[in-house]
Amino acid sequence: MPVLDLWSMAFVFLLATFVGFQVIQNVSRLLHTPLMSLTNAISAIAVVGSVIIAGEQKSTFSTILGTVAVAASVTNIVSGFLITDRMLKMFRERRPKS
Amino acid sequence: MSTAEHLTQASYLAAAALFILSLRWLSDPRTARRGVAAGVAGMAAAIVGTLLHPEIVNYTWIVVAFVVGTAIGVPLSKVPLTAVPQRTALSHAFGGLAAGLVGTAKYALWLHDGELTMFRTGAIGIEVILGYLTFTGSLMAAGKLQEIIPTRPMTYRGQNVVNLSLLAIAVGAAGWLLFRPEMWQLFPAIIFLSLLFGVLLIMPIGGADMPTVISLLNSYAGLSAVAMGFVLENKVLITAGALDGSSGLILSIIMCRAMNRSFTNVLFGAFGQVQAGAAATEARTVKSGTPRDAADLLENAGKVVIVPGYGMAVAQAQHRVREIYDQLTKRGVDVKFAIHPVAGRMPGHMNVLLAEAEVPYDALIEMDDINRDLPQTDVVLVVGANDVVNPAARHDTKSPIYGMPIIDADRAKFVIANKRSMNPGFAGIENELYYADNTLMVFGDAKGVLGDIVKALAGESAH
Repeated sequence: MPVLDLWSMAFVFLLATFVGFQVIQNVSRLLHTPLMSLTNAISAIAVVGSVIIAGEQKSTFSTILGTVAVAASVTNIVSGFLITDRMLKMFRERRPKS
Repeated sequence: MSTAEHLTQASYLAAAALFILSLRWLSDPRTARRGVAAGVAGMAAAIVGTLLHPEIVNYTWIVVAFVVGTAIGVPLSKVPLTAVPQRTALSHAFGGLAAGLVGTAKYALWLHDGELTMFRTGAIGIEVILGYLTFTGSLMAAGKLQEIIPTRPMTYRGQNVVNLSLLAIAVGAAGWLLFRPEMWQLFPAIIFLSLLFGVLLIMPIGGADMPTVISLLNSYAGLSAVAMGFVLENKVLITAGALDGSSGLILSIIMCRAMNRSFTNVLFGAFGQVQAGAAATEARTVKSGTPRDAADLLENAGKVVIVPGYGMAVAQAQHRVREIYDQLTKRGVDVKFAIHPVAGRMPGHMNVLLAEAEVPYDALIEMDDINRDLPQTDVVLVVGANDVVNPAARHDTKSPIYGMPIIDADRAKFVIANKRSMNPGFAGIENELYYADNTLMVFGDAKGVLGDIVKALAGESAH
């Protein structure tokens, strides 16, 4: 791998961490549980790496590990987004006096 | 670069932008659901972009894995909200597992093809150690939260030395692999030690420390995704992992501050060790009353603050709490909820439970803000909270919780505390709030007691 790639990845990591700190510090404490399930679903983007390993079929061993990894990531994507939305739907402001 | 590859990279770029927007929109409850939509869109873009990848020769197993993942994921998203901490721990476990497996597969493939550079081996080492320790550590945490595994801390002499040595050996073996990547025998040893370390790391942790531990595991799961990104040279993975990692880190820091523990103490200390408090307290008397007495106090108050804790979740009493809120609000009593950051088993746990019970979120007030109001509050109702309202944290230097920021319930005119019995709370610490002159104890199961208070209040309004 060219040395430049390593450094550009390091830059991506650095910048994303700073962006993450800034953005997440603004998240209301009210929503810390949904925050955790949402970031969890987002980091299940690991599915893109697993999909290639499961699909390139270079060896039986790697195909099996890749397939399990895809299943684990998809579980996180599906349950993470669904439960985050389910929780967020419940947060509502004071109802107008009826 | 082929057109397909350009498309793939473009989809990753779009996904990264959508993920950042997704978290940005989560800053406000009014835009939060848009955040979920952005996250889903980003994920869909990245997955479609990847499926175009020319190296994928067969889709059979991918489809099977998607079906299996969906079949497990959908029921997992429908768990009762009191079980959300377990589900979260479980999802950290899945995240760690995926990272560990991908690292293992990549090592085997590159070993076979003779393509293991020092950089790749190093990144795989970090990915595998973090991934597998997050996997077993999170499974342990989930087991404790579900109470399949005893929630009491399991400790023994020299525990830290043993744990840290295991980790050091795993890291050392990974370091050795850098120079001798063909020594594949080291690899299973690294996996085994990481799995074992994950189990041992969580063993000494008690239920009350779970908010910190879950946040920390969240951060580890994110970092293992980052390491996977370095292994696969995938920038969207690095970005998403870094967002997850920094989120977990911020939450861990908030939880640490809320318990007055240093970050080092949590990382390397035997956190959650119970100082079986020399609670040789003289027999003191408490004032106990009936739900009726409590209802009388509440309905004659102008300002009421309710302090919920994990006990409310255990008793599933959040709906009764809402009914009390409704009854009192109807009579013009000003009712607020005081939310301690570590109340419950994960960050924000109480907010979600009360939101489920349809308590409007503008009535949920953070600790620092509510503490300003408490001296002007007539009645504080403590439901299933204990250490977070213990005044000993402010003045008793010998107390294990000394220095922990608390909700100043004792500064209100009256306190009503519901407890099952006079047994000290989880940490085994006496709570002097219960012995105060202005405190009325109402003993019994939270759901039952609160239900009786609601009935007493409703009965009043009938005539």
